[in-house]
Amino acid sequence: MEIWEMTALALGQSIRAGKISSEEAVKACLERAKQVETDVHAFVHLDGERAIQAARAADRGIREGRYDSPLAGVPVAVKDNLCTEGMPTTCCSRILEQFVPPYTAEAVKRLTDAGAVILGKTNMDEFAMGSTTETSCFGPTKNPWDVSRAPGGSSGGSCAAVAAGECAAALGSDTGGSIRQPASWCGVTGIKPTYGAVSRYGLIAYGSSLDQVGPIGRDTADCAALLGLLVGRDPKDATSAVPGAHQSMDSFLKYAPTSSETGEAGGEVAARGLRVGIPEAFLGEGTEPGVQAAIREAAERLKAMGATVEPCSLGLEEYVIPAYYVIASAEASSNLERFDGVKYGFRADQEESDLHGMYKRSRSQGFGPEVKRRILLGTFVLSAGYYDAYYLKALKVRALVRQAFDRVFERYDVLLAPAAPSTAVPLGESLADPLKMYLGDIDTVAVNLAGLPGLSLPWGLDGQGLPVGLQLMGNRFREDLVFRAAFACEAARGPWKEVWKREGGISDGKTV
Amino acid sequence: MAKQYETVIGLEVHVELATRTKIFCGCSTRFGAKPNTQTCPVCAGFPGALPVLNKKVLEYALSAGLALNCEVNRYSRFDRKNYFYPDNPQNYQISQLYLPICHDGWVEIDTGAGKKKIRIHEIHMEEDAGKLIHDEWGECSLVDFNRSGVPLIEIVSEPDMRSADEVIAYLEKLRDILQYLKVSDCKLQEGSMRADVNLSVREVGSETFGVRTEMKNLNSFKAIAHAVEGERERQIELLEEGKAVLQETRRWDENKESSRPMRSKEDAKDYRYFPDPDLPPVTVSEEWLNKLRESRPMLREERKQVFAEQYGLTEYDASVLTASVHMAALFEETAKRCGNGRRAAAWLMGEAMRLMKEDGLEPSELSLSPENLARLIRLEEEGRITPHSAKRVFAAMVREGADPDHYIEENGLAVVRDEAALEEAVRQVLAANPGSVEEFRGGKEKVFSFLMGQVMRQMKGKADAGQVREMLQAHLGQTEKKL
Repeated sequence: MEIWEMTALALGQSIRAGKISSEEAVKACLERAKQVETDVHAFVHLDGERAIQAARAADRGIREGRYDSPLAGVPVAVKDNLCTEGMPTTCCSRILEQFVPPYTAEAVKRLTDAGAVILGKTNMDEFAMGSTTETSCFGPTKNPWDVSRAPGGSSGGSCAAVAAGECAAALGSDTGGSIRQPASWCGVTGIKPTYGAVSRYGLIAYGSSLDQVGPIGRDTADCAALLGLLVGRDPKDATSAVPGAHQSMDSFLKYAPTSSETGEAGGEVAARGLRVGIPEAFLGEGTEPGVQAAIREAAERLKAMGATVEPCSLGLEEYVIPAYYVIASAEASSNLERFDGVKYGFRADQEESDLHGMYKRSRSQGFGPEVKRRILLGTFVLSAGYYDAYYLKALKVRALVRQAFDRVFERYDVLLAPAAPSTAVPLGESLADPLKMYLGDIDTVAVNLAGLPGLSLPWGLDGQGLPVGLQLMGNRFREDLVFRAAFACEAARGPWKEVWKREGGISDGKTV
Repeated sequence: MAKQYETVIGLEVHVELATRTKIFCGCSTRFGAKPNTQTCPVCAGFPGALPVLNKKVLEYALSAGLALNCEVNRYSRFDRKNYFYPDNPQNYQISQLYLPICHDGWVEIDTGAGKKKIRIHEIHMEEDAGKLIHDEWGECSLVDFNRSGVPLIEIVSEPDMRSADEVIAYLEKLRDILQYLKVSDCKLQEGSMRADVNLSVREVGSETFGVRTEMKNLNSFKAIAHAVEGERERQIELLEEGKAVLQETRRWDENKESSRPMRSKEDAKDYRYFPDPDLPPVTVSEEWLNKLRESRPMLREERKQVFAEQYGLTEYDASVLTASVHMAALFEETAKRCGNGRRAAAWLMGEAMRLMKEDGLEPSELSLSPENLARLIRLEEEGRITPHSAKRVFAAMVREGADPDHYIEENGLAVVRDEAALEEAVRQVLAANPGSVEEFRGGKEKVFSFLMGQVMRQMKGKADAGQVREMLQAHLGQTEKKL
């Protein structure tokens, strides 16, 4: 097996055991990236020299026994909306081009403190606004399973990089599905944690009350280990949860397969007695048959392994998309005000000398159309006379969605649903119809509105050979149950066939 | 007959809180540092940075609210006020609109016609903006974010004031209370207390309010008084000419003693307030409020009473000493230590204020330790230093931070109590001035003070005057007998 094919935990173990150095691991990923980046374009900033230096430092640290984490020395990629000191952080927006932050995001710092090595920054929809990574000012990332298709978004770069073997794992962010949906389309595993579980300090905000940083990996165990490093109170983020609310990496990994218990036998321990609800509305009209079939198949397998599986209903499904877009856009319209050409990032050439002219030109030229659309929408819903009708009403829907989940989680440990109504769409398709793109978030936004954890893992391939994911939703700070269910699903599914194991690999995608 | 007009005034007072660090980050709030040296990603509005509330700010806001008889919102929130301006790095100010921390309070002021209650509409917490420095030579503007994120409370009154005198009385009252609570130093010149005046006029007897204007850029009580008078006259003039008063914000120019409308923003103001999602709601427990109520320091009125009763000061003296919280504290500490309140008051109201005036110091800038002053008073009482020397010592204490004992020793100012030396001096003076002794005996009593002076000179001014008098009298009597 090539080094770059290994999971993060397996790689970490080999590095700790001295079989592989971090430097070798990093070089293997860089080499792999060299092969596939022209097709995939997952990275927007890749500094090999810096990564190798960091890997050497990690190797020294490991020899000196400075790390006790299972991921020391492992190469990871970071979404370009997480600040990295001394490394460009642009949100893939022209308005932040060449912005180099003076500090590092808490989530990134927790990874590097554990010895992980940052390879570079990954592509994303501009300011995380989009579902295909096509609104990036650097051009789209392509789906490694079919490079004529989108990887999903907005964490499309991170998910594609993991899927293509360019890094062992990655960080993404999820405001309305931006980890789960691209994970589903790229055939990787990703989790949006409970709101407040991971510090948002240094995450460039889109919708502050919805944003969460989360890990993306090749399997559930990698995500569980990474999340174990990320969670915990951060005094720099007032919305981070109080100490005590957080769970440990051990609780996340409790049902991880061991060598003696693999496959369905191991999964049965995790599945037995698990109460699984299937919100029927998530399988309704507009969901592709291939996606529906995957969910029903997974449900049957879980049942066979000893879980109780029942249909359930949340209600309110028709309100979640509008409520989400009102709240996220309102917050975004304010969060993005600081990008004005005055302090950092892009400033338009000054034809007009007055201040407001400079603002207008810089913002007009600096932001792309989707970002402008959401700023306009958000500005509108917060305007005098509309605040009550839109923003306050959306907050009421949000409160009701929370209550609905609270009721459902009295009866179920997890909910099983799709992470997206379709598999990967052809490039260009969703840009032509923004409303359709917004409606594609139907399966993911409810979790963000309610602040719950949601995980997406690959289940199989649809008729076109594209990955189909499962989404598992849990109650607040019950990531342990979400991971337990994910381990059960993995066991029921069997080993995942990575894209490079497929005949033809990535470059063959066009012909599938 | 000319119409009679009434002025209706409400105030928005911004007070900078005296916390050591800013409202949402750990940067220092010190005044006067080099530009942009007290900044971080949070107060400079960097992408990804997040605000975290400084609990001291909340405590100070609550203390102020309780002292101003307000109701406290036990569940309060921060809101974003969105507007583009370069002094505001996020282009929104974190403030409170929907659920401010305190509301519905009042203070009592003294007016010519007796006491009057001024109602307080609300108190809210917010962050200050940075400072723009316009470089006229470089044709550019520079921003200093040191002040960005300095905590403020805004105290909004009801339109209950009717004259400049009432406005000043209200502001002085607020300043007294906030200074005594130690939540702010309330310096108008440094901008730590700023007042915007909302003013309208109406015919006496009218029930409805006229159209009001808001006056900004008022940097002193004098400017505020001038602005109130000026704006009243301007509005009356408009009404008399049959013109309408426009609702607008105006900027006062104290040099010209006139105002002009501020350049109106291009679009109508819509701040699009909404709850800041980065800051969880603020909850205040009853226990905490009780603790704050119990630990409230004495305010000026109470302090005045204590000074009169405990230290025997006149009402006037008590009032002068309590005008500044620093002076009051200095007095009380000194009086406690030396047990002589009147003497302490005499020093502070006399020499201290004279020196402050000479050196152009504020009471808060007076570096005089109560220990040293108490010691000086004790030395004076024990007659170990003459009043003349005491003033010298006092000045050294104020200007050089001198220790009284050291200073007296180093400069040889101690009163000489050596009877033998004094007796010798008296003998020498009498022997050297037989003519004067003769004259004294002849009934010329004036000569006595001449002889006193001679003895004092002989003693280099360090003898106790009473003792000199006694001994001189005794010796003159003796000589008489002898002769």
